[in-house]
Amino acid sequence: MSEKVLMCGNEAVAEAAIQAGLDAFFGYPITPQNEIPEYMSRRMPEEGRVFVQSESEIAAINMVYGAAATGARAMTSSSSPGISLKQEGISYLAGSQLPAVIVNMMRGGPGLGNIEPSQSDYFQATRGGGHGDYYHIALAGNSVQEMADLMYDAFDLADKYRGPVMVIGDGILAQMIEPVDVFAKKRPPIQTDKSWALGNLKDRSPNIVNSLFLGDNVLENHNLRLQAKYQIIRDTEVRFEATDTEDADLIVVAYGIASRIASSAIRKARKKGLKVGLFRPITLWPFPAKPIAALAGQGRKFLAVELSYGQMVEDVRLAVNGASPVDFYGRAGGSVPTVEAVLEKIEENLK
Amino acid sequence: MTNSFQEKITIAGFGGQGIMLLGKLLAQTAMKNNLNVTYMPAYGAEVRGGTANCMVCLGTDPIANPMVINPDTLIVLNKASFSKFLPKLKSGGKIIVNTSKIDNAIDRDDIEVIAAPIDDIAIALDSPKSANMVALGIFLQSHSFLSPQMACDCLCDVLAKRYHSMLQVNADAILKGAQSIQ
Amino acid sequence: MSTLVYEKPESLYDRKTHYCPGCGHGVAHRLIAETIDELDIRHKTIGIAPVGCSVLAYNYLNIDMVEVAHGRAPAVATGMKRVKPDHIIFAYQGDGDLASIGCAEIMHAAHRGEDITVIFVNNAIYGMTGGQMAPTTMVGQIASTCPNGRDPLKEGYPMQMAEILSIMPGATYIERCAITDPANIRKTKKAIKHAFQRQLDGENGFNMVEILSPCPTYWRMSPVDAKKHITEQMTKTFPLGKLKG
Ligand SMILES: Cc1ncc(C[n+]2csc(CCOP(=O)(O)OP(=O)(O)O)c2C)c(N)n1
Repeated sequence: MSEKVLMCGNEAVAEAAIQAGLDAFFGYPITPQNEIPEYMSRRMPEEGRVFVQSESEIAAINMVYGAAATGARAMTSSSSPGISLKQEGISYLAGSQLPAVIVNMMRGGPGLGNIEPSQSDYFQATRGGGHGDYYHIALAGNSVQEMADLMYDAFDLADKYRGPVMVIGDGILAQMIEPVDVFAKKRPPIQTDKSWALGNLKDRSPNIVNSLFLGDNVLENHNLRLQAKYQIIRDTEVRFEATDTEDADLIVVAYGIASRIASSAIRKARKKGLKVGLFRPITLWPFPAKPIAALAGQGRKFLAVELSYGQMVEDVRLAVNGASPVDFYGRAGGSVPTVEAVLEKIEENLK
Repeated sequence: MTNSFQEKITIAGFGGQGIMLLGKLLAQTAMKNNLNVTYMPAYGAEVRGGTANCMVCLGTDPIANPMVINPDTLIVLNKASFSKFLPKLKSGGKIIVNTSKIDNAIDRDDIEVIAAPIDDIAIALDSPKSANMVALGIFLQSHSFLSPQMACDCLCDVLAKRYHSMLQVNADAILKGAQSIQ
Repeated sequence: MSTLVYEKPESLYDRKTHYCPGCGHGVAHRLIAETIDELDIRHKTIGIAPVGCSVLAYNYLNIDMVEVAHGRAPAVATGMKRVKPDHIIFAYQGDGDLASIGCAEIMHAAHRGEDITVIFVNNAIYGMTGGQMAPTTMVGQIASTCPNGRDPLKEGYPMQMAEILSIMPGATYIERCAITDPANIRKTKKAIKHAFQRQLDGENGFNMVEILSPCPTYWRMSPVDAKKHITEQMTKTFPLGKLKG
């Protein structure tokens, strides 16, 4: 393990992607993720790899599509409005089963919104986002270190399951500077069969990368194969962190930056003798529904805390399935919940 | 450091006063000396219109929440940020005021005021741009967790190479700031 | 003595296409396949099929191919060429695909001077969706969304993409051809070959061959009349010849 250095989330994510074997980066400027393309424009040529500033987010995701179709490790990054534009391409990546990594440093919405931190793209990130029946893995870190670490996982998971993987942060995680060792999780890329990739056509019939399926049941069968893949992902790739949940009367569920605010509030609550725990989803999709269900009941309560007006809370309610009451606290539009407000909500629930 | 502690700091001034460098050097010094630290620069719209501010959290335990809403210490280098952030300073907190630019009366008696003519100290050093470093020296001198010399030792990590001829001036400014409140 | 009249190129499957009688797409496919064989580049060519009537081009061209979103082929080609600079990358696009929904992508691929080839099949209509107006639809031409004929005051004039693109420094070779008669078909093939050869030789820059191509179905003409229409009418708005390079 090498020494830690100070880096902002954007730069750490970018360098980790390079260390993870990124071949090509395509992006378009948008705050608060600009340090990613800026960093890439400097570092990728140094490594003899590809950087293109595209004319739009639509073009960027399609450049990713082209590079990925040849078997390259390709990535793009953006923030909320730009991620909306990328949805067309993400749907195509899912349909054509192409591995790719997309980073979303979420900002306030809807519309142009603002450039402040937000978690209001949760629905979009966990429900497929674009058209068609698909999901993609969505990974959410809560520190600069974890954001960097997740990049290695993102590329491996994209290759393993042949599909887009989204890494999700927000304006704070993007801009915040923390000590980080971007090499901490460095490892050789997983080796997967890429015989589907385009190019070097020799001693085989042509490869077609495609999301168009005509004819009776052909598309349905393709969809069923995708669904089977998604089920494997649900069964094997769920990740979360549970802290002090075993004896808890109240479990706060929060991801990303909200989990750090929540954990400050929980520490204060514990000092007051309140039994509160933190459940932090790391995979937003697949959502850790089973582990949450296992904690539900037994007189326990849940409180979801988000930088949104209640998106992840729906997944918590589905997981709990009536076995426990589920409360919600959130602020959005660029505003961030305070520790005090979360603490107040915790106390209110345990009165 | 045996006692566990956490300190939340807001640093504010106008663009060009080196607020971000101040924050970054403080963060680097904390990291190099085995403290946990987060540093959050204000970005985008907030940095336009001439104001600049950042939040630094440091302490013995991992920093859960990097956001600073009610700081333990407030460093303000210009009037606008004085007025904006003073009401947010925690009761019992410290404010470091640049009296070269701020002559406002302080209407709170639940806080510790550390007043120093920060710009004038820098000008006396023939380096008016080092006011940020003077402020850092004052901050470190008024707290016991990191020494001003530790910050001097980290300067070369945060100053871009092309400014390395300025290392000494900046170190002098840090130490002068510290002495000014001894 | 036997004379070989017709040989199927290796890069073309021996299949009946889904194109209407008199459609130009099939001819364009054949010219591309012949070129790939003649230049012996099948092992290092990747084609991009658009959204449009030629969406199934990968069923006919016996090479590695990718099917992409409507209008995005030049962006996809960019991604490919950048990671596979030794490959010949071509985007096959219709006029709705290239000049309407994909206008940003084509402009910027040319603007960056991407070392790719675009085969632009201009039939002045949206074929696949049933004959709606395209940016290239001729003044007065009837389409299902301009039932009284294209009115330039309301719908604008036909967009001359080859001319527009040719003023960009990044575009180094642009030629407009037509699939009407054997002589023009030979010229079209020569243009495609020249474009691919440039990529092969590592010549920098974006290149495009625009092909005026008949759509008898939505022009409501016989195949013969459709060809005549290109020669007599379309070439007035879209003059043939080399615009650049
Ligand atoms: C985003 C999107 N919008 C619209 C369509 C529907 N669509 C399919 S083909 C087409 C027009 C294609 O016309 P052109 O590019 O001229 O090709 P042609 O069919 O004439 O060969 C349209 C609008 C689509 N597939 N995707």
